[in-house]
Amino acid sequence: MPSVTLEDITKTFPGGAIAVDELSLEIADGEFMILVGSSGCGKTTALRMIAGLEKPTSGTIRIGERAVQDLSARDRDIAMVFQNYALYPHMTVARNLAYPLRQRKMPKREIAKRVQEVAEMLSLEELLGRRPAQLSGGQRQRVAMGRALVREPAVFLLDEPLSNLDAKLRVQMRAALKRLHSQLGVTTVYVTHDQVEAMTLGDRIAVIADGRLQQLGAPQDVYDRPANVFVAGFIGSPPMNLLRGRARDGLATAGDLVVPCPGVSDKDVIVGVRPECLRPAREGMPSLGFEVMVVEPMGDEVIVHGLVAAELASVLPEEEGEAVLMARDGGRAEAIARLDPQARPEVGSLIQLSVDPDSIYLFDAATGLAVR
Amino acid sequence: MLVPFVWMVILSLETKQQASSFPPVLTPSTLHFSNYPATWNSVPFGHFFLNSLMYSLATVAGNLLFCSLAAYAFARIRFFGRELLFMLFLATLMVPFQVILIPTFLIVKKLGLVDSVGGLIMPNLCSAFGIFMLRQFFRTLPIELEEAARIDGTSRLGILFKIVLPLSLPALATLGIIQFMWSWNDFLWPLIIIDSASHAPLQLGLSTLQGAHSTEWNLLMAGTVMSLIPMLAIFLFAQRWFVRSIAFTGVKQ
Repeated sequence: MPSVTLEDITKTFPGGAIAVDELSLEIADGEFMILVGSSGCGKTTALRMIAGLEKPTSGTIRIGERAVQDLSARDRDIAMVFQNYALYPHMTVARNLAYPLRQRKMPKREIAKRVQEVAEMLSLEELLGRRPAQLSGGQRQRVAMGRALVREPAVFLLDEPLSNLDAKLRVQMRAALKRLHSQLGVTTVYVTHDQVEAMTLGDRIAVIADGRLQQLGAPQDVYDRPANVFVAGFIGSPPMNLLRGRARDGLATAGDLVVPCPGVSDKDVIVGVRPECLRPAREGMPSLGFEVMVVEPMGDEVIVHGLVAAELASVLPEEEGEAVLMARDGGRAEAIARLDPQARPEVGSLIQLSVDPDSIYLFDAATGLAVR
Repeated sequence: MLVPFVWMVILSLETKQQASSFPPVLTPSTLHFSNYPATWNSVPFGHFFLNSLMYSLATVAGNLLFCSLAAYAFARIRFFGRELLFMLFLATLMVPFQVILIPTFLIVKKLGLVDSVGGLIMPNLCSAFGIFMLRQFFRTLPIELEEAARIDGTSRLGILFKIVLPLSLPALATLGIIQFMWSWNDFLWPLIIIDSASHAPLQLGLSTLQGAHSTEWNLLMAGTVMSLIPMLAIFLFAQRWFVRSIAFTGVKQ
């Protein structure tokens, strides 16, 4: 299985919109790479350039050692699963699965054998005679996967393949996908906007915003050490609380939350607190007042939405790559906490929540980059 | 709308005198079904019928093939001046056939195809209307299907014939029916280009029943009724497709 390398890929659409901006990425042989970002961030365009459906404006794409950016899609030895599956409606499942092989003039017997194998692998045997319109969403999804796998491609590309499934099926398919990948070991590039899929599926994830790579790393590393305020707000669910604050003399202050930040020079900062790091107040821990607005019991935990006495820092990556920070009037920010069901607070009450200073993230308010 | 049709049927069942009398006889006492075999025998009706069938089927086949090719290019292939060219094609829809009749005749004459089946068929092998209709339909098909086919190793032409056309059967059926009706009922172009009876389609052939001094209206109408039978058959048979596909092409953009 070959690797996939993107070298300074840029894609400018007619009209001047820059979809992908000097993206460089090395996807190792057999790796499961996730491209994650909000919609319109350029992740799908990047995938389509690997597939050969879009031509990069500049830059080099390699599959293995071969530069492929000038090759047509059919000569790249890749297979792709589309968000809407793109099954051929006028063909049965069997014919859909066989189609890529027939296009490559494979002998009939070999085609039948491979279709059979793939059908078994994805439990599609019962459905081979049906047409796509007669299948459920999950079944269509499996056929789409099968059609991509049947050719045994060098690289497997998936464009939000689970986004049209209901929640339960999505969890099942996620596990199935992961199992399939460990079985086959095909180099895989997977595009999603869903950070849960990104966290659970990927060997590594590439967070993309505004056509640029924000951070590349193992899911846990990206979660633990977000490189900038965008990644911090994007990875994690519910998202990290981001509050405007100030660092001065080794102390960072955001509203009534004061945390030590030794070694950080005096400047405006953004203080990041993950919802699960907020705990009922304990002695000697930095704490903040939290006015409870909404309580969502999840069974194993409660998700509490409330207001804290600090300004919200929301993040919009802009053209220059600088994070633009939007303040909320009134000096009160919405925040989210994840608490134990036993600690479920009353709606309307004012509670004190404390944070372990080690679990606090600090970002430079001017550049958005992590300062620790 | 039905009155001329009913009158036609009544006339076809009257005697010659009744048919040309004034005021017209609207309720003949006896029905002369013998007009039908009389018409069939007085002109080479079967021969005209076959000519018409061939003319219509050939133009239908030509339109389906050539309009598909052009429409796909206009719908999906990016090339310089595509929109302008398409606009020019569309503009030709506004030019009545009578205006281009003489130039068309001159071209066909230069090609040496006057009074030949080729001359009859050739100018009608492709139509701007067909290109327009199919292009609109092709654009409603999900582009991902074509992209999937590209990745699966299908060429441009392969995509057209294996993916796009099988999914466009309603539009193709509509175009086919419209073109068939048009060719079957076409009178002006055959009149201009065909001289010999051996090449004449039905509508032209029937006009030989209309003499300079007297017209056998009853026989002419009997022939016309017979000429309508294939149209009615096709319409009844294809009606379901027809309606569905018109709904299809209209709304989904």
